[in-house]
Amino acid sequence: MAARQRVMVLLGAAVVLAALPWVVHSRYVLAALVFIALNALAAVGLSLVMGFAGQVSLGQAAFFAVGAYVSGVLTATYGCNGWLAVVIAVAAGALTAAAIGLPIFRLSGLLLAMATLGFGIIVYYVLVNWAAVTGGPSGLTGVPPLTVGAFRFDSDARMLWLAGGALLGVLWLAGNLVDSRIGRALRAVHGSEAAAAAAGIDTARLKLGVFTLAGAITALAGALYAHYLTFINPSPFGFAYSVELVVMVVLGGVASLWGAVLGAAVIVALVETLRAALPLVSASHGAAEYEIALFGVILMLFMIFLPTGLVGLARRPA
Amino acid sequence: MGEQLAQYLASGLVVGGIYALIGLGFVIVYGVTRIVNFAQGEFVMLGALGMVTLTARGYGVGTAFVVSLLAVATVGALLERVAVRPLRRAPALAVLILTIGASIALRGAALLSWGTDPLAVPAFSAGPPLVVGGAVVVRQGVWVLAVAASVFAALWWFFNRTYAGTAVRACAVNPRAASLMGIRVDRVSLLAWTLSGALGATAGAVIAPITYATYDMGLMLGLKGFVAAVLGGLASPPAAIAGGFALGVLESLAAGLVSSAYKDAVAFVVLIAVCLAQVAGWLPWRVAQES
Amino acid sequence: MHLLLMLLIAALMIGGAQARADAQEPYRIGAVFSITGPGSSLGIPERDTALMLEADINARGGIKGPDGRLHPLKIVIYDDASDETKAVLAAKKLIDEDKVTAIVGTTLSGTSLAILDTVQKAEVPLISCAAAAKIVEPAAERKWVFKTPQSDHLIVGVLVDYLKAKGLTRVAWLNVDYAFGQLGWVEFEKAAQTAGLSIPVNEKFGQKDVDMTAQLTRVKAAAPQAVVVWSIPPSASIATRNYADLGLKMPMFQSHGVGNKKFVELAGPAANGVMFPAGKLLVAEQLADNDPQKAVLLAYARDFEARYGPRNTFGGHAWDAVQLAVRGIERAGIDRAGVRAAIESTRNFVGISGVFDFSPTDHNGLDRRAAMMIQVVDGQWKTAK
Repeated sequence: MAARQRVMVLLGAAVVLAALPWVVHSRYVLAALVFIALNALAAVGLSLVMGFAGQVSLGQAAFFAVGAYVSGVLTATYGCNGWLAVVIAVAAGALTAAAIGLPIFRLSGLLLAMATLGFGIIVYYVLVNWAAVTGGPSGLTGVPPLTVGAFRFDSDARMLWLAGGALLGVLWLAGNLVDSRIGRALRAVHGSEAAAAAAGIDTARLKLGVFTLAGAITALAGALYAHYLTFINPSPFGFAYSVELVVMVVLGGVASLWGAVLGAAVIVALVETLRAALPLVSASHGAAEYEIALFGVILMLFMIFLPTGLVGLARRPA
Repeated sequence: MGEQLAQYLASGLVVGGIYALIGLGFVIVYGVTRIVNFAQGEFVMLGALGMVTLTARGYGVGTAFVVSLLAVATVGALLERVAVRPLRRAPALAVLILTIGASIALRGAALLSWGTDPLAVPAFSAGPPLVVGGAVVVRQGVWVLAVAASVFAALWWFFNRTYAGTAVRACAVNPRAASLMGIRVDRVSLLAWTLSGALGATAGAVIAPITYATYDMGLMLGLKGFVAAVLGGLASPPAAIAGGFALGVLESLAAGLVSSAYKDAVAFVVLIAVCLAQVAGWLPWRVAQES
Repeated sequence: MHLLLMLLIAALMIGGAQARADAQEPYRIGAVFSITGPGSSLGIPERDTALMLEADINARGGIKGPDGRLHPLKIVIYDDASDETKAVLAAKKLIDEDKVTAIVGTTLSGTSLAILDTVQKAEVPLISCAAAAKIVEPAAERKWVFKTPQSDHLIVGVLVDYLKAKGLTRVAWLNVDYAFGQLGWVEFEKAAQTAGLSIPVNEKFGQKDVDMTAQLTRVKAAAPQAVVVWSIPPSASIATRNYADLGLKMPMFQSHGVGNKKFVELAGPAANGVMFPAGKLLVAEQLADNDPQKAVLLAYARDFEARYGPRNTFGGHAWDAVQLAVRGIERAGIDRAGVRAAIESTRNFVGISGVFDFSPTDHNGLDRRAAMMIQVVDGQWKTAK
């Protein structure tokens, strides 16, 4: 997508985003949209790693957690300024990614995926056990919302602006990155690492760079999540969430930033739709138990019929 | 202290036997199809829950075991035919998500059929625990090791002394060459998935008396079995077996000697350590051979 | 012609409005329970109890509101799958789309804490069925939030009193690394220090762990006088069996999480002799006849057992929560602030979890009399001596 086109699309989206809370009054729908935006933000980070660096990360939830906890603990326990805490959280995400990435990015393919898996789970256990700082399994309450002077981002509508705005900003930055020289180098690596190396690209450094950026972006999503919910505990940040993020990216279409957004939207919407639809179909109280099975079946069907993801639908040659 | 160590070792070996059985399932499927089957843990879960239902209906343990095995093996075969085969030309990531979807669907189906409560399964033989060298081992633990050993022996015989087994090994090494030699690779793929279903069910059936059967028991067990398989290189059954036992013992020792808090993390620290050792060239074997 | 049509439509509309005013608007209570996920063994009996109460109340014609009329009761139940995000969305859906007057739930402490912000901002009364004290403390910041389960503080206090009374002062401790276990440990450590108990060993195990012999071996080596395991089935049952297998003979204490028949079924003979602090529901029949709760407990136990299966203290928390909401609505109708005030001023409410006395500074309303020590004897519940 050309740079100018991208800016137009993003500006259009920004306008829609700004107007949305005046059209949609239901806090429930607005909240769902906030969660979509936060998940999309995390998924965009992962999409860069998976789509453009061509590596699977099965531990992305760890960066989400790092972002949430660093920002949450700094503000709740130490009274740090909210925006500063967010910036530190993003930096923490980047640093953690770089620290992990340095040793493991010499691996590739399955080994890399497994190392990220291991790392993601270890971070989870640290969060659970380092109770003095993180509050342990029962978590941390009292994370303050972000504020600008007297304006508090403490409602669903305002958080939608913030999260949505962050998402659009990141999409613009990432889009520029993909189109730049670095982006082309990334695609070369994705195509064939050996060939790219032969062409003189420092593949390890490139992959590390992307991984670090992805860590930062996902950490940003985590920090915003903490200030939205005002409560954090480890349980949303386990292996299951890492898997969910991978599903979002693949569902939307790897190698597409908008695909990640689409994937996030579909997953959140699917869960909420099942919640709404099932009680109508099955009046008995067994409705909730069907959700899991249906979700799995729908996921399988998606993959069987749309293996290149939803974005692949649009891109199919005539 | 010696008695304590013996206990850690004994418990670790029993759990390790389970990890080994599950890891084998991963290795066989990966070897032939280069797919990591996320639903492997669910095969274990179905085997365990199958035992619950069949023993509750009054069938003896032996019959229940065989029927459960066949049923889950069929599930594995069905999964291969219905879901995996249509995607054989799809990108590897799509297949990964597919197996994730399958694991969620199977878990959901189990929830609907058996509910959320953990369910008990009678041990294969009754009686008090045995004391071996200062360590207490429950009888079912001995069964776990016995069944695991029999399975390993049977698999060795299968892979090395039968045509079908050799065909599987051939496909694992080089599918194209194998098909040129007249081996039906798609049939071998079906066999691999069926076999891994049977292995998972065996693990589930034999451990259920110790751990109870729950609809979501497959997650953690599958993950640990996966680590066991990776430890052994993901391409070699004997190495996966060794990896499983090693993991079980390591976990037990870590919990007993260091701290129980990070027990589950042990498996994953080991995973990362192995990956890094590979990069540094310290491993005498290669992990995850890619074709 | 057009005028006639308009008059007809106007008449129909007015007639329709009149009809709507006559039909009784149902009173809506929202509920968020963990029907799937790790909290499901608690959430399912809670859901079943809520449905049971809904059916019973509607069979009597409904809730009599402050307008003197009977209104049908509708309890809208959502599953949060033991997940914080889903709990938040469920709560918001109940408030904005289903327009409930009050919310009952959630099952787990994490999910309750996650929706605090939502209910406080929307000014909807929440009656939680989760245990963490943080849910209703500090009271000044929890104006709209109440809870029915006994606090860990209270439960652990009953246990520690018993240990001290029996002269068991060297006590080993194990807990599951889930929030439930951790909160128990925090309380126990404090209470033990005050009571002068020593804790030679404290260990943890994972929720999904299949073997605790390593941790128990360390416990054995420390030779304590008693062992406390703070968890729920299945890990609680596995630990109990490991305990017996390893030949540990000292008395074993557990948490109220094992107060259900599942625990006994799974642990088998190994459960014999296990003692734990819990609400009185499990031993309702053995209470003195002048116990204020006995009649209510027996009625609930019989009702629940006739329809769903063995009684369960967690279902009891939901019973209390729904009843409180119903009583609030009886006094204040659909006015959420009024319902909140009504609940806060509830005194001497005889519930399943205890006798409740709410106040502006106490949104849990229970004291030590709400729990007692219970022992498993040959697969049955008995009051511990």
